[in-house]
Amino acid sequence: MAKQINVALIGNPNTGKTSVFNQLTGLNQQVGNYPGITVEKKEGICRLPRNIKAHVLDLPGTYSLNASSLDENVVIELLLNKNDKDYPDVAVVVSDVENLKRNLLLFTQIKDLEIPTILVINMADRMKRRGISIDVAAMERELKTKVILVSARKRIGIDELKEQIANFRHISTEPCLHASSMDPEYFNRLRTAFPEQSLYKLWLVITQDVNFGNVNRNSFNLREDFVTKDESTLKRMQQKETILRYKFINDVLKKTVTVDANAAKGLRANLDKILTHKVWGYVIFFNILLLIFQAIYDWSSYPMDFIDASFMKLSEVARGFMPPGPFTDLIAEGIIPGLGGIVIFIPQIAFLFLFISILEESGYMSRVVFLMDRTMRRFGLSGKSVVPLVSGTACAIPAVMASRNIEDWKERLITILVVPFTTCSARLPVYLIIIALVIPERSFMGLNLQGLTLMLLYMLGFGMAIFSAWVLHKILKIKSKSYFVIEMPNYKVPMLKNVGINVVEKTKAFVLGAGKIILAISIILWVLASYGPGDNFSNAREIVEAQNVDANLPDAELDEMVASYKLQHSYIGNIGKAIEPAVAPLGYDWKIGIAIVSSFAAREVFVGTLATIYSVGSDEEETIKARMASETNHILGGPLFTFASGISLLLFYAFAMQCMSTLAIVKRETNTWKWPMYQLVTMTAIAYLAALIAFQTLK
Amino acid sequence: MTKTIVDLKRGQRGIIKGFSTENIPLKLLEMGCLPGNEVVLVQTAPFRDPLYLNINGSHLAIRKETAMHIEIEILP
Repeated sequence: MAKQINVALIGNPNTGKTSVFNQLTGLNQQVGNYPGITVEKKEGICRLPRNIKAHVLDLPGTYSLNASSLDENVVIELLLNKNDKDYPDVAVVVSDVENLKRNLLLFTQIKDLEIPTILVINMADRMKRRGISIDVAAMERELKTKVILVSARKRIGIDELKEQIANFRHISTEPCLHASSMDPEYFNRLRTAFPEQSLYKLWLVITQDVNFGNVNRNSFNLREDFVTKDESTLKRMQQKETILRYKFINDVLKKTVTVDANAAKGLRANLDKILTHKVWGYVIFFNILLLIFQAIYDWSSYPMDFIDASFMKLSEVARGFMPPGPFTDLIAEGIIPGLGGIVIFIPQIAFLFLFISILEESGYMSRVVFLMDRTMRRFGLSGKSVVPLVSGTACAIPAVMASRNIEDWKERLITILVVPFTTCSARLPVYLIIIALVIPERSFMGLNLQGLTLMLLYMLGFGMAIFSAWVLHKILKIKSKSYFVIEMPNYKVPMLKNVGINVVEKTKAFVLGAGKIILAISIILWVLASYGPGDNFSNAREIVEAQNVDANLPDAELDEMVASYKLQHSYIGNIGKAIEPAVAPLGYDWKIGIAIVSSFAAREVFVGTLATIYSVGSDEEETIKARMASETNHILGGPLFTFASGISLLLFYAFAMQCMSTLAIVKRETNTWKWPMYQLVTMTAIAYLAALIAFQTLK
Repeated sequence: MTKTIVDLKRGQRGIIKGFSTENIPLKLLEMGCLPGNEVVLVQTAPFRDPLYLNINGSHLAIRKETAMHIEIEILP
């Protein structure tokens, strides 16, 4: 079999590059990370005519080869490194028919790298409506390449694209314009110094320092004696280069594209009038947020109840079918409740990612950025912080990564630091179960009290994020040149396929990632709860029987007392007792203390931990909620979960930094342990204080 | 006095003449904000900041502080 063809999909953001990728690869794709960094790497396999296979890499969207962010840097790193295993045999540049002029800038740069390059003009189905016509043959001559009109949405032109990829050896590698003409003297010197290298590659390596830096230059072996120019001259040369490229592009487009100016103005202007309106724009945004939270709380409660009940049944069935013994106990008491704690998340996470990807796909998110920029700036944030703050309601990890396109370092750092305050979906199960326990199921002014509490918690998260941003803005002394550019893309009806794939991928990644942690922790907890040191644990039955010799208790009650005595003297019981003095002032007992400590791995472990601890202590299968409601506070007496301790727990989870994965991501994005440690200490201190004050005033 | 993009009224058009700062972000140039190109003010957020522009066919939003440095000639 022939070697696979390496294809790289490159293009500006908002050109439908991912739709083309999805059409080429279907579900034959996988999402990973570039080694060492958190940039998402999407690759897939595509079947071409004549039994040829292509490996397709969907590179991050970029406006040019002059990188200004980590994501864009990935594109350059790859294109400059011929030895990379993903180095493309053929590059496919995806452009949008309505933004051809801007999109061609990147194309001319790629072409200068002397890689066979196919130009895809996407969204070709809109041409008629916009009065655009293109002379494809003339354009192919001018750009010295293959040009294909594609509509990924309507599946037009995909087969032709596949055909051309298979034939990539016939595509010219000649550059279509010579950037060196902007300063012949300099480029001649460059050519003499490094005769064996492509000129444009050299130029890119030299200028990346001015832009983003850190391009791996070992393969270039830049000689020390070559005198380059100072930064501001290089900057000016880059500006010259851009002007030169646009001149060329304008010429090409004049010869090949005609636009009928009488064509209809279209949807864009009308929608923008409402969606970016000074009043209605905000009203609409607020209502969309309301709808999202409604969906998470209300719509997903049905599948969640079902999942909760099913896992309870499953434990029962497992116990019934398997011989009694420690292994059965591990399955029925450790693993199944632990897994239930993961699976129960799926409906909510899927809803969140569904809404977020619809908002992004449709182009609406950019309008929100536009509306919010001014307000957010007052708190040291950027309009672009809205996207991380909203996606933070799903999970802080993608949210921290989404902060990457904030140009200003100070605004970006503040965004990263405050995002973990937003109510991520891992907090939801904790919130839901505690709300169900301590907030009465009544209506207040027609509103469900429990729903209202949840909404307040979300607002509290946002409020805290904004407030701490403001504080950080005042105390952080970072000087930065701030600028802000955001593209306002055309409105699009989101493509079902793109949204679907996105929801499935994100949910899967989240559940598997969290799943591993939860599974490991529930097994460890179960072991710690099922075994204990010393006589108190191994002779529990004798001790309890001796204590209750006169009471003449029924067997069942005695068994329960033995189980509870054993738990108290197990390893975990001993650890818990050691923690108890620290958590008792907040209204918690040692079991909650254990749940909180294990939550520092990931918050969602809370419910699973309690489930594991409680089910070890009892033989009956009950829902977790019923079990929690019957717990008593052994210090103060009365039920353990009261209004006071419930509110205290809610506040603790609202503020505490309990997620190892987020800390790891923040470390990677800020390149130091300083900021994640700062988050861990400050947020947890705030959480402890808030919980302490709440419990002591309410009890 | 030289006019800048900030002086545009909604719907008004202008031609970019140049920049009053050395440090105009390259990204802005790459998105088509170059001398000679046409700019239209599409929409403004409250307090006229940021500004939603159509430059050379590209729709983008920039802050007032950047727009102040882009000099234009307003078209009638």
